[in-house]
Amino acid sequence: MNTVNTVNTENKEHQVVNWLRMDRIPHIWCPGCGIGITVEAFVLALEKLKIKSDEICVVSGIGCTGRVAGYIKVDSFHTTHGRAIPFATGIKLANPKIKVVVISGDGDLISIGGNHFMHAARRNIDITVICVNNFIYAMTGGQVAPTTPFTAYTTTSPYGNFETASNIPQLAESAGAKYVARWTSLHARRLINSIVEAIQKPGFSVIEVVSPCPMYYSRINRLGEGINMMKFYHKNSVIKHFEPTENLNIDYQGKLIVGKFVDR
Amino acid sequence: MRWKYKRIPYDIDKVKVPLGEVHIVKDRCKGCGFCIEYCPQDVLDFSPEFNALGYHPPQVINPGECVNCGLCEILCPEFAIWNTLKEMRGLEIEC
Repeated sequence: MNTVNTVNTENKEHQVVNWLRMDRIPHIWCPGCGIGITVEAFVLALEKLKIKSDEICVVSGIGCTGRVAGYIKVDSFHTTHGRAIPFATGIKLANPKIKVVVISGDGDLISIGGNHFMHAARRNIDITVICVNNFIYAMTGGQVAPTTPFTAYTTTSPYGNFETASNIPQLAESAGAKYVARWTSLHARRLINSIVEAIQKPGFSVIEVVSPCPMYYSRINRLGEGINMMKFYHKNSVIKHFEPTENLNIDYQGKLIVGKFVDR
Repeated sequence: MRWKYKRIPYDIDKVKVPLGEVHIVKDRCKGCGFCIEYCPQDVLDFSPEFNALGYHPPQVINPGECVNCGLCEILCPEFAIWNTLKEMRGLEIEC
């Protein structure tokens, strides 16, 4: 049995290592978390666009996804809870030539930062927002969030969630965003192409990435580990480009509709 | 993957298939299993040994089958596995 494992990396390193702060790797995300895949897709999209590291700026909020600003080796900002988009607006106004990307979680951007999300879409600021959706507030212990599906269990909904969930593509489109897409962590290559299109498009662009949370959402709802959630996305996701956004509600363990919905 | 052909194709000497080599940094792996599950050529499997974090990292069990597709590299959340192109080889078929 001929194995080709190399422990040290004298011939080459992983190609994204030039974009990461390597003294902080291995990162703190759980085994099976989809945020690492989002960071990798983002960096590969930057390589495809041939952007230099001083032409881009990353802003993130508080939460599990909010730690992204500490791991990417560009000018990055780790801001207060929900206020990643106002910081990004300020950076873009001060220096309109650089590209500003906001990478943050669903509790940060849609819940406490929902107000800023709506008004940035109304003003059509030229930033790109990547919202990683794991349906809960993960870092603080798995509490219910506005994106938690109806009847799901979380730490603060022990009898099942009794509220219907927000629909992020519908919120973005009705507020006036120019590019809206949704992918899961499994559709990594399509996510790379989507990030390339969103960064190049002038105007407010939103990409939602549905990601597994193996420590809280999957464990409390008995859905297995990260690999079981990925198999679920494989079986139950359907690609429908330009579907009307009112049909995009996420039911608990229901069909997931992904694709590019708005491009105007 | 091996298909059965009815006859040898006429452009058999023009088609080249890539052969890839997989590199793994064992101490970064957290044992999630995405690379093993989504390799289309079934090149990887869990190894019986433990790494420094206590997880079972992957090992290459079928090195001649890797076609350098890059799915293990894109789907690893820990940046612990990647592939490089080793050579292009001719197509081997059976008919």
